[in-house]
Amino acid sequence: MANATVAVDAHDDHGHHETNTGISNNKLAMWLFLASDCLLFGALISTFLLYRTNISDNTPFTSPSDVFDIPFTSLSSFVLLMSSLTMVLALSAVNRDDQRAGRIWLLTTALLGMVFIGGQVYEFTVFNAEGLGYTTNTWTSAFFTLTGFHGVHVSVGILLLLGTVFGTRNSGLGKEKSETVELVGLYWHFVDIVWVIIFTVIYLIPIG
Amino acid sequence: MAIIEEPLAIGAGDDVPETVERPLGDLTRPQISHTWKDWLTTVDHKKIGIMYGAAALFFFAIGGAEALLIRLQLATPNGTLLSPDVYNQVFTMHGVTMIFLVAMPMAAAFANYLLPLQIGARDVAFPRLNALSFWVFLFGGLFLNSAWLFGGGADGGWFNYAPNSTVTFSPSNGIDFYALGLQITGIASLVSAINLITTVLNMRPKGMSMFRMPIFTWMNLVVQFLLLFAVPVISVALFLLTFDRVFDANFFNTEAGADPLLWQHLFWIFGHPEVYILILPSFGIVSEVIPVFSRKPIFGYSFMVFSGVAIGFMGWGVWAHHMFVSGIGPISVAAFSLSTMFIAVPTGVKILNWLATIWGGRLRFTTAMLFAVGVVSMFTIGGLSGVTHSIAPADTQQTDTYYIVAHFHYVIFGGTLLGFFAGFYFWWPKMFGYMLNERVGKWNFWLQIVGFNLTFGPMHILGLQGMSRRIDTYDKGFGFELWNLVATVGAFIIALGIGIFFVNIAISRRQWKAAGKPNPGPDPWDARSLEWMTASPTPEHNFDDEIVVEGLDEFWHRKYGYDEDHNVVRIASAEEVAQDGSNTNVHLPSPSYFPIVLALGFPIIAYGIIYSLWLCIPGVALLVYGMVGWIFENPDDPNAGHDHHDDDHDGDAPDALEAGDEPAELVAAGTTVETEA
Repeated sequence: MANATVAVDAHDDHGHHETNTGISNNKLAMWLFLASDCLLFGALISTFLLYRTNISDNTPFTSPSDVFDIPFTSLSSFVLLMSSLTMVLALSAVNRDDQRAGRIWLLTTALLGMVFIGGQVYEFTVFNAEGLGYTTNTWTSAFFTLTGFHGVHVSVGILLLLGTVFGTRNSGLGKEKSETVELVGLYWHFVDIVWVIIFTVIYLIPIG
Repeated sequence: MAIIEEPLAIGAGDDVPETVERPLGDLTRPQISHTWKDWLTTVDHKKIGIMYGAAALFFFAIGGAEALLIRLQLATPNGTLLSPDVYNQVFTMHGVTMIFLVAMPMAAAFANYLLPLQIGARDVAFPRLNALSFWVFLFGGLFLNSAWLFGGGADGGWFNYAPNSTVTFSPSNGIDFYALGLQITGIASLVSAINLITTVLNMRPKGMSMFRMPIFTWMNLVVQFLLLFAVPVISVALFLLTFDRVFDANFFNTEAGADPLLWQHLFWIFGHPEVYILILPSFGIVSEVIPVFSRKPIFGYSFMVFSGVAIGFMGWGVWAHHMFVSGIGPISVAAFSLSTMFIAVPTGVKILNWLATIWGGRLRFTTAMLFAVGVVSMFTIGGLSGVTHSIAPADTQQTDTYYIVAHFHYVIFGGTLLGFFAGFYFWWPKMFGYMLNERVGKWNFWLQIVGFNLTFGPMHILGLQGMSRRIDTYDKGFGFELWNLVATVGAFIIALGIGIFFVNIAISRRQWKAAGKPNPGPDPWDARSLEWMTASPTPEHNFDDEIVVEGLDEFWHRKYGYDEDHNVVRIASAEEVAQDGSNTNVHLPSPSYFPIVLALGFPIIAYGIIYSLWLCIPGVALLVYGMVGWIFENPDDPNAGHDHHDDDHDGDAPDALEAGDEPAELVAAGTTVETEA
């Protein structure tokens, strides 16, 4: 039996994006990807938690606090968090159709990301020199894998940022690109939030 | 991924120059040519669905051959056909192939073909990503099976428990192929999940609210969400295994203090949702077939939907029932025991609703209906033996015996595979434009169901008698001889039944050609959902016009009404209601080379990880080339006007249409922009 009334979802108030949810396909897809990525990091963090007390196997260290340089890592974490701010400023500039500012803030975001990655490379090098190699024990395997996966995510984000800046040289980075910038931003903020969790779990929670 | 779907370099419609550059040389977006080339470059969800199905049937033949080898080895005591080592590889690859390369892609075949049609859309949300999923899956599957040519397949069982799967215990490269191959097919599943969820949530036409979607669409939506969250977990497990095996990491190195349960937990957190990923598509098919051949609407539509969703949620809380004998402790065992008993409830709801749909219906026992009833009955047996596993003390007795083998074959073969066969017979005319022969089809069904019960029924007994699974042979005198022989005979009867299916395709096609290629019409079964409301086989553009949906089973309600005594009467023929597919002015997304080019990078990288990291360089180069080309290729083929399928822009750029074009239709029927020429 056909219903007499036609239930119309979000159709009537469609503006630019004519989808049922009102969220564009691209943005919905990005949200779904990030949701999936949560489980990727969830599994990696769980693995690290399983081995977080094992640093003393095969090494002279008794606790991770022997090797961590908390002020240094805090600084690079701060840099990464600030890059979220510049990302927001980039999106705001693009929304205002201010192409120059948009590009500058995107590049700044990428630059801050690179500083963070540089810090990670430095930290890995120091650890390696101190005898904490990837194969040393279960702790090092879990540590390098978790932070490494995060580093790869940040690097992909940097490529996305640079791609957005340099891929739009001909077509311009006007207001119509705001969704592209917003999607890159979603990814970037996600990666930052994940770092907040990783930093807490690995560096800040003491082994009791 | 969403980023690369949006063409960055090309402005929004109106600033595209009239003269078309060919920055990509020979890989410039091709046009539809109606040759074999179309299949390599297609972005049409129907062609991609058919290719998924064909690939799955190809792997099905491989996995089936492996199954027959296992049964030949076990037919008599002290079999010598396979060495213990080869036997390990054969049963491992049988399981991996059947689950990851047959059941999952076959479900993807039906989902790809039917989801857009059932919701009345033109295509999926991201047509090129859809093609990418298929090619990545195909190359991943071929890569996985290429292990046979490079020193043998994986040998640790389909779940490849670490540390048993580390280099110490499995020094050949088989498990590397397993880990990397499944990693690649996982990428395919993930991309496809994002794509199909976006399609279902975003691309429904007017009036197609969520609770007017067919059950098949609903069940597949649940499956895609399960994939979305389950795939990354097994990805991590496979990464860790690969790092252990290739880079000497210590995740599963028990000598270095690793926890041997880590792999089991990661695997089964993926693995149990996977069970529902395998069965729910089949539940969806059965929920479409039974109402049509009972001439009744599905009983308790919302119950069916919500029980499917409930299964989707509860499926995450039962994984440790695979690990009752791993020593996880009495509290965990009790908790997972209870949750496992609970998950039987929504499944039972579904079975009850199918029975209630059949009850009092005007039944037509076509081959599709027989297979669907086969699913209901066989899955019930498998479900009941599943509930016996939830009782931990009994499970302790049954673990690693043939009782488990019997159980999961009753649910995966008796549930999933029979459901796919119901789907073949039901949707074949819609996909290919001719009917499968019903008489031969019934032979196919009866041989398959008899062979199936002969093969797997006796395994219950063998298991309870104590016969271990994964053991390559057994001695005389344990009472295993008779039932093993029966099972082997049964396996060959199954093979005969499935052979008849392939014969049926050939016969039916020949008869159809001999009869002058009669068209089965849009609606050969007097069906209920939207995919039957367009011509058979489905035209390239799916629907001529957007369908405005007014209720569940929209198509059926357009054919039938009620007289004053509330009797159902026919008010229109299917041909009157259905669209004839004659609209030739629909603008379709152009084919693209880049999905297949990009996909080809993955197996090359995987070979590189196993044999020489240098090989990763061309692999990554191909990947990068594919991505860059993907981003910068014209959103459309150069000669077909300048509106592109990316629905974000067309609304803003009506002037991009060529003068004289008819109203350009977009990918989604629901997002049509009518433009007066």
